[in-house]
Amino acid sequence: MIGLTHYLVLSAILFIIGVMGVLMRRNIIVILLSIELILTSVNLNLIAFSHFAHNPTGQVFVFFVLTIAAAEAALGLAILVTLYKNLESINVDDVNQLKG
Amino acid sequence: MLNILIPDFRVIAPELLLTATAMIIILWEMINRTRSHAVSANLALVGSVAALAATVASWNLNVSTFGDSLVLDPYASFFKVIFLAGLILSVSLSMKYIQESGVRYHAEYYALMVLATVGMMIMAMGRELITIFIGLELLSMPLYILAGFFRKEIRSNEAGFKYFVLGSFATGIMLFGMSYIYGVSGSTHLQVIARTLYRHPSAYADKALLLGLLLVIVGFGFKISVVPFHQWTPDVYEGAPTPVTAFMSAGPKAAGLAALIRILVEGLPRMAQEWELIVAILSVLTMTVGNLTALRQTNIKRMLAYSSIAHVGYILIAVVASVGGRADLGFSAVMFYLLSYTFMNIGAFGIIVFMKREGIANENLDDFTGLSWRSPGAAIAMLVFLFSLAGIPPTAGFAAKLSVFFAAIQGEYYWLAIIGILNSAVAAYYYLRIVVLMYMKEPEKELGKATSSPLLWTGISLALVGTLYFGILPGGFLEKARIAVSILLKV
Repeated sequence: MIGLTHYLVLSAILFIIGVMGVLMRRNIIVILLSIELILTSVNLNLIAFSHFAHNPTGQVFVFFVLTIAAAEAALGLAILVTLYKNLESINVDDVNQLKG
Repeated sequence: MLNILIPDFRVIAPELLLTATAMIIILWEMINRTRSHAVSANLALVGSVAALAATVASWNLNVSTFGDSLVLDPYASFFKVIFLAGLILSVSLSMKYIQESGVRYHAEYYALMVLATVGMMIMAMGRELITIFIGLELLSMPLYILAGFFRKEIRSNEAGFKYFVLGSFATGIMLFGMSYIYGVSGSTHLQVIARTLYRHPSAYADKALLLGLLLVIVGFGFKISVVPFHQWTPDVYEGAPTPVTAFMSAGPKAAGLAALIRILVEGLPRMAQEWELIVAILSVLTMTVGNLTALRQTNIKRMLAYSSIAHVGYILIAVVASVGGRADLGFSAVMFYLLSYTFMNIGAFGIIVFMKREGIANENLDDFTGLSWRSPGAAIAMLVFLFSLAGIPPTAGFAAKLSVFFAAIQGEYYWLAIIGILNSAVAAYYYLRIVVLMYMKEPEKELGKATSSPLLWTGISLALVGTLYFGILPGGFLEKARIAVSILLKV
């Protein structure tokens, strides 16, 4: 029987993979994917809580998170395109004009 | 049930005004193709002044609407005044800067600034996690675009990119925390969360709730640039267009703190002993790292970025102080500090905008050498803003710091107050260094000719008046903040 804990553990694993991806990967597209992974883990959490508590609010929350995630992905890719036009690279190590 | 069916539009009147303003700015430019910066900027100013009037007119209301997800209380109104003041000042600084940069898509610039302000206002009013999240995103997305607004300049691209990655990363962390708070309490409404936890005190021992709270604090910590989540701040502040930097140094931080305080007070009132020590440590780290790093900056925008980090540290002292009995003193000090900071910091950025001549930014500290000989007016204004940032009377910064340290002493956090005062002494060094450069050294090199802009000077004068007014007569607004907080605490 799959219970709430299974879902929570899975979503925690997804979250950690996402966080590690943002912090450690050098390819900007993979970083954007990792951010999506974090949002997916949030959604999984919300749906699991909502399902096991018989409470629909979590599912409403998921709709909002999905919508915002779509907008954010569009915006992130647009920013990436303008950056690529000037930099001609999608490696974060090349994004180093600003330093203190 | 009735308030779900019929929304009370008085609550969101300023937001509706601002949204309409943003639409009109874009449509006006699209239809008329005037290429006139003055029309867009003036429309934005008219809209924000109207929204400010609407906010002040509904100051004493304490009503909620849209199924109790938005609440207009004096606490929200106070923050809305901060956001609108920040918007008006930033728009005044923008026109000359954006005009001289020669971008053709200027209408979007003003529209995005106005929309970001709507997001802040929704955050301050949100009494429910989904609403706060929507407000946060409505605030963040325009700011990502604005930071990377000069799309042909690689530094601006980089600022936008870094802000986007770390901003959405922070949103993800915060949402993950919110999902745990929802899971433990079964609701996203702050008051329902508080009631559920009150009825089931055993839930406080739930590690998931604590994890949720910590992740929410980390998420907001990124947004308001708390050490150790501050690394993006100097880069984004340096790379973004200067008026945008001014805008995002004031309002968005106030919005983050407004929502965080509302979550802590209304949603998780009994968790204070859990976050007290964590926030206190973050506060000490934030002040110290911010000030020590600011000491060795040579670019003034980077220096002000680290200084803004340090100021968040002082504000967190007041947040911690609210735990010790007199919560109204602590939180009202936070609000008054943010109000003062908005005026003095945007004012200082106004002088940096003024320094830009013939397309050259002149952002290094050396460029301020002998400013009092070249432009005495700008030097005096900068002097007041720097004194205020350093916390020297009779300026707003002094009154704000005094209220923070007073709250810390009343709450018996003497060690925090002492660390804060020591930090202010360190900070005075790098602020006063610029004063020395401006007044005690002859100009070394010629800067280009300054183009005069009445709107820029209006903005700087407004900031100057605010900085001196809150310094000389802080009582009125401090009292307003205290009343607003006591209404919030009674709920």
